[in-house]
Amino acid sequence: MRSGVIAKKVGMTRLFMDDGRQVPVTVLQLDNLQVVAQRTSDKDGYTAVQLGAGSPKAKRVSKAMRGHFAAQKVEPKRKLAEFRVTEDNLIDVGAEISAEHFLEGQKVDVSGTSIGKGFAGAMKRHNFGGLRASHGVSISHRSHGSTGQCQDPGRVFKGKKMAGHMGSVRVTTQNLEVVKTDAGRGLIMIKGAVPGSKGGWVTIKDAVKKKAPEGLPLPAALKAAEAAAAPAEEAPAEGGEA
Amino acid sequence: MDLIAQLEAEQIASLGKNIPDFKAGDTVRVGYKVTEGSRTRVQNYEGVCISRRNGEGIAGSFTVRKISFGEGVERVFPLYSTNIESIKVVRRGRVRRAKLYYLRSRRGKSARIAEDTTYKPKSAGAKA
Repeated sequence: MRSGVIAKKVGMTRLFMDDGRQVPVTVLQLDNLQVVAQRTSDKDGYTAVQLGAGSPKAKRVSKAMRGHFAAQKVEPKRKLAEFRVTEDNLIDVGAEISAEHFLEGQKVDVSGTSIGKGFAGAMKRHNFGGLRASHGVSISHRSHGSTGQCQDPGRVFKGKKMAGHMGSVRVTTQNLEVVKTDAGRGLIMIKGAVPGSKGGWVTIKDAVKKKAPEGLPLPAALKAAEAAAAPAEEAPAEGGEA
Repeated sequence: MDLIAQLEAEQIASLGKNIPDFKAGDTVRVGYKVTEGSRTRVQNYEGVCISRRNGEGIAGSFTVRKISFGEGVERVFPLYSTNIESIKVVRRGRVRRAKLYYLRSRRGKSARIAEDTTYKPKSAGAKA
């Protein structure tokens, strides 16, 4: 199990492929993504990496958080998230993860906070059918209708689907395909929609329900190492084939 | 320019399409790539452009209507589709609408569009 990444949703566009297909993609950007802390089994009882992304204004960072960042000697971050990893996939604090962390064609799970819809009726929230347009229905065309039986049980069962607050919850969309990555600008393009609004933060992980593809960078694709290791990386790859 | 607009502009540049200047009312001939088994050929589809949507952007599309064996046929093409080999303007039409959906309820003589004889190509600077 290796680390995921924190990304910012930039927006959606489409890509035209050479074979004539058009692919709708969501553009996600890695913004100053860096490892902020490690969780180890000795100290914390589990192993994970804490990643941070974004660059906040100095005055928006609380004193406590400033202390946390200073202790680890990294720049303050806007958004923090922990990713459980196996012990051999721990990444050094301060390492910057690049967009090549994910391979093109790979499946990923994307989590984010969905767009809030406010107080929504049963038709919008639970796809109820509503009432009829005519035949005596008055001012309740979009109502939910009956909510139960009669004197027995004499109450509405718990969990009954009704109107209420909709959206603004954490949603994970599974098995989305990575169409393209752009390490230079830190962009990851994912086929289809991703939870949340533009400018919102999402986390991307390898799909839990799909087998990981061959050649995934372990423990992560790092930015600083990339330039130095680019020639070196080819050599072991060739060695592996032989 | 925001990132999405920038990405779209880059993609338009990399696709390297030469889209002629045309609008609703013009008769266009679209060369569309058709794959039959392993062979690919270009099929021409000629008709009146009855609508343009989403401008010159990557999401742009246009609708071409023609009468095929007495039956009206409409096809929507994405402007930057990699399946489109060529777009040729056959005839410039003079119309007073941006969307010519009224042609759907017309047949024969009343479905004609007058030719625009005063067409002036946009200057190269303005187009870029």
